[in-house]
Amino acid sequence: MKSIPVSTTINGDPYEFLCAPDETLLDALRNRLGLTGAKEGCGTGDCGACSVTLNGRLVCSCLVLGAEAEGAEIATIEGMADGDELHPLQRHFIDHAALQCGICTPGILVAAKSLLEKNPDPTDEEVRYWLAGNLCRCTGYDKIIRAVQAAAAEMRGA
Amino acid sequence: MSLDEYQKREFKQVGTRVRRPDGVDKVTGRAMYGADATAPGMLTGRILRSPHAHARIRSIDTKAAEALPGVKAVLTGADLPAQEDDFIRDVQDNCMARGKALYDGHAVAAVAAVDAATAKAALKLIKVDYEILPHVTEVDVAIKPGAPVVLAGRSLENVPAGMSENVTSHCEFGHGDPAKGFAKADRIVERSFRTAATHQGYIEPHACLASVSSDGKADLWCCTQGQYFVRTLCAAIMGMEASQLRVTASEIGGGFGGKTTVFIEPVALALSRKAGRPVKIVMTRDEVFRATGPTVHTSMDIKIGMAKDGRITGAEAHLRYSGGAFPCGTVDMGAQAAFAAYDLDNVRTYGWNVLTNRPKEAAYRAPGAPQAIYAVESVIDELCQDLGLDPIDVRLKNAAKKGTKSSYGPTFPDIGLVATLEAAKKHPHYSAPLAEGQGRGISCGFWFNFGGNSCVSLNINTDGTVGVTEGNPDIGGSRASISLMAAEELGIDYDRVRTIVADTSSLGYNDVTDGSRVTFAVGLATIKAARAAVRVMCERAAKIWGIDADAVEWKDGAAVPAGPNAGKFPPMSLAEIAAVSFETGGPIAGHHEVNVDGAGVSFGVHIVDVEVDKETGATKVLRYTVFQDAGKAVHPSYVEGQMQGGAVQGIGWALNEEYIYGADGRLQNPTFLDYRVPVASDLPMIDTVILEIPNPGHPYGVRGVGETGIVPPLAALSNAVSRSAGIRLSELPMSPPRVLKALGGS
Amino acid sequence: MVKVRLWGSLRQAADGETEVEVKAKTFKELLDRLVETYPGLEPQIRRGVSLSLDGVIYREAWFTEIRPDAEVVLMPYMTGG
Ligand code: FES
Ligand code: FES
Repeated sequence: MKSIPVSTTINGDPYEFLCAPDETLLDALRNRLGLTGAKEGCGTGDCGACSVTLNGRLVCSCLVLGAEAEGAEIATIEGMADGDELHPLQRHFIDHAALQCGICTPGILVAAKSLLEKNPDPTDEEVRYWLAGNLCRCTGYDKIIRAVQAAAAEMRGA
Repeated sequence: MSLDEYQKREFKQVGTRVRRPDGVDKVTGRAMYGADATAPGMLTGRILRSPHAHARIRSIDTKAAEALPGVKAVLTGADLPAQEDDFIRDVQDNCMARGKALYDGHAVAAVAAVDAATAKAALKLIKVDYEILPHVTEVDVAIKPGAPVVLAGRSLENVPAGMSENVTSHCEFGHGDPAKGFAKADRIVERSFRTAATHQGYIEPHACLASVSSDGKADLWCCTQGQYFVRTLCAAIMGMEASQLRVTASEIGGGFGGKTTVFIEPVALALSRKAGRPVKIVMTRDEVFRATGPTVHTSMDIKIGMAKDGRITGAEAHLRYSGGAFPCGTVDMGAQAAFAAYDLDNVRTYGWNVLTNRPKEAAYRAPGAPQAIYAVESVIDELCQDLGLDPIDVRLKNAAKKGTKSSYGPTFPDIGLVATLEAAKKHPHYSAPLAEGQGRGISCGFWFNFGGNSCVSLNINTDGTVGVTEGNPDIGGSRASISLMAAEELGIDYDRVRTIVADTSSLGYNDVTDGSRVTFAVGLATIKAARAAVRVMCERAAKIWGIDADAVEWKDGAAVPAGPNAGKFPPMSLAEIAAVSFETGGPIAGHHEVNVDGAGVSFGVHIVDVEVDKETGATKVLRYTVFQDAGKAVHPSYVEGQMQGGAVQGIGWALNEEYIYGADGRLQNPTFLDYRVPVASDLPMIDTVILEIPNPGHPYGVRGVGETGIVPPLAALSNAVSRSAGIRLSELPMSPPRVLKALGGS
Repeated sequence: MVKVRLWGSLRQAADGETEVEVKAKTFKELLDRLVETYPGLEPQIRRGVSLSLDGVIYREAWFTEIRPDAEVVLMPYMTGG
């Protein structure tokens, strides 16, 4: 199988890479570009650990082909903080102990950010349904919901 | 370790909710987990797995795979040494089958190739000649004489004659005479229960990177709960000396007991040795489900007699557990834990471990306890319903307390069950009104908690900061707790302490992160290491002041003269002593190595409200409160996190999670789509009430908190479903089809 | 002499008793005496046992001191998750 050249934008920066036709975006990010922040929990779209946005849409990068990144804008966890300045979601996740092992955290942060962009003032129920595709086995979700709401409140105030 | 470790004190930092040291790395994607490491020249390893539940391996032809360009090594069980020791042999044979494939998913061969596509292609070229054997995947079938035998000759001397060879061990606990107790009962309930095997469900699949060089030295990077135990197992399997194998634990994406052993690590090492290059293996989710540790699945009979006033007069349990294709001792723990919450005159539990053609069981939070306690707590609830008694009052009436002879033998020292039950009873949740169709369930839970081998090195840096080196992978914030305890003991700011987790070459042996041991045991070693450093700092101050070392004491982070006779000197802070350490004798450090005992047992009580949808059979959890005795809560947020996480895993076990085997002996649901763990929208907030009854065996009164939380949800949910829908299920999970069936039959 | 409580399934190895008496001052001595007196206990002791001393569970600790009036209970070797 011949590799496909891909030009794309990730977290605002231009990237070029070669990937196999059947290679997932997740594998390309992790194995070709060294962006290992997105995690593979299942490879079948069931856990959300690989969440990124593709042209502003939240996707499981394990279900997207690397080749589909051609000409697209991708955002991953690595681009969430502004230099040293953590995103309010990141800060509130630490302050609210919303992570234990942290393997689900990159995916949940990316998903939560995309929720708050669409809906800055969600109910708990809305947060829970939006995050229903992101499994966390450690926390029981309680502190995650609280952290998202605290970040949302701060972002609305700012 | 003794019971006089605990000293009451005012804490300045322990008990505060500081930021964890690994927080920023984990929210920015920078933290390195098992699959995130690479090495120059690295190969990709892949494992071929048996599609059969039980088959003799007549031969394996690897020639075509070896000939494929890009393939650098192929491995089968024949490449690994014969092992004398039963335990090591079982672990090795589970990593790579020899002679027989014992379950669907059992590894039979492995390859290392230049990339994943080549490795996958190579697996397809390996020809395994299987002779399919009759299989057995259900404990109740496997226990019967005449059932297909999974492994022959593994029954211990304690197995009564005449049972199937699949029965590998038997145990019995208890005291008094249950028959006499039953004679005094006003009501006796006798029920049989079954619980499905569940998986720990950590989101991070097993992953490792192994590099063996031609001079015999090896490095292994892996996600594990215990790098030292990994070294022990891999060194034995590889025939290596421990000093030659350095194991580094990556950040770990969940474990819950499932990462306390090895699956792919010896395979990666053996492939690397053969290929002469680093080899990385990352499991797929399918492999995780099919070949790594689920829990035991069980079948249990419970009989309990109760007097009209709620006093339990006699209790008996028969427990049949299967931990898959290899012997395990989990039923012993279940049999000991079953009635641990109660003060009983007549109690007996019997346990049998039975082999089946399923993956080898691995520990999962409080291994063995949730199942037995689910059955017991269900029967107690039914008795409460029959006799019209309040379920908390009945438990209070029978609760084990200080001086109770426990059902597993020892007399309890100070324990927190009564306080926990009273807290639950007083809590607004317990008296909150319920709407029509809603039901409230409660259950007690219990776990032993352990201590174990722990080493800590604590270095005082010349700038007045402190580095703590410990050897237990941090699963849920333990580095923060360890730093807090070091800061507390030294009297300096939390931010001045940094705790790291060492590799196996940097520190002495540490037991696995299990048994809820880390905050308790490593915390104890940290406090003692800090005390050792304080002694050195006091000596240095004494030298500087020209007084006796005995005349110096440590107060609020500084050396001070002890009493008026010692002389008048201004306090010398840790930073001041550290700054001149080179001039006063050299670097300052403290360390402590110990096998800690004296972990206190822990009890929990959960209250849950549910509503059963009679159309769909789905159970909605409406409100949930966890009460647990944690001893001193060093970092309350992470204590709550353990309680919430355990409760939700228990909710999943109660309502949805199960290993489903087909008639062909193959696992039907090895994906997160079909093995359904709780998601955010399934759940309410999980409220927590931490009781802090100090553990006398720890200087700060810490107990373990990691495991007890998974025990009560199983029965609490079952009891709530019974009160909501008027049906008493005796099988877990209470998945919608099972609930519908029960509703139809009632 | 210390009294040692055994769990039920060890009874057959100890002349049908669940409570036996041996002379021992430490955990190690206790295990050695038990094996001498009741050879049937040896396989289990070799596989591993824990010891509860006045309600506190010890997993190894050979030199743990046992006072004559202490409550001593033998338990299977414990592991957790
Ligand atoms: S790895 Fe993509 S959803 Fe699980
Ligand atoms: S924090 Fe471990 S899976 Fe979410």
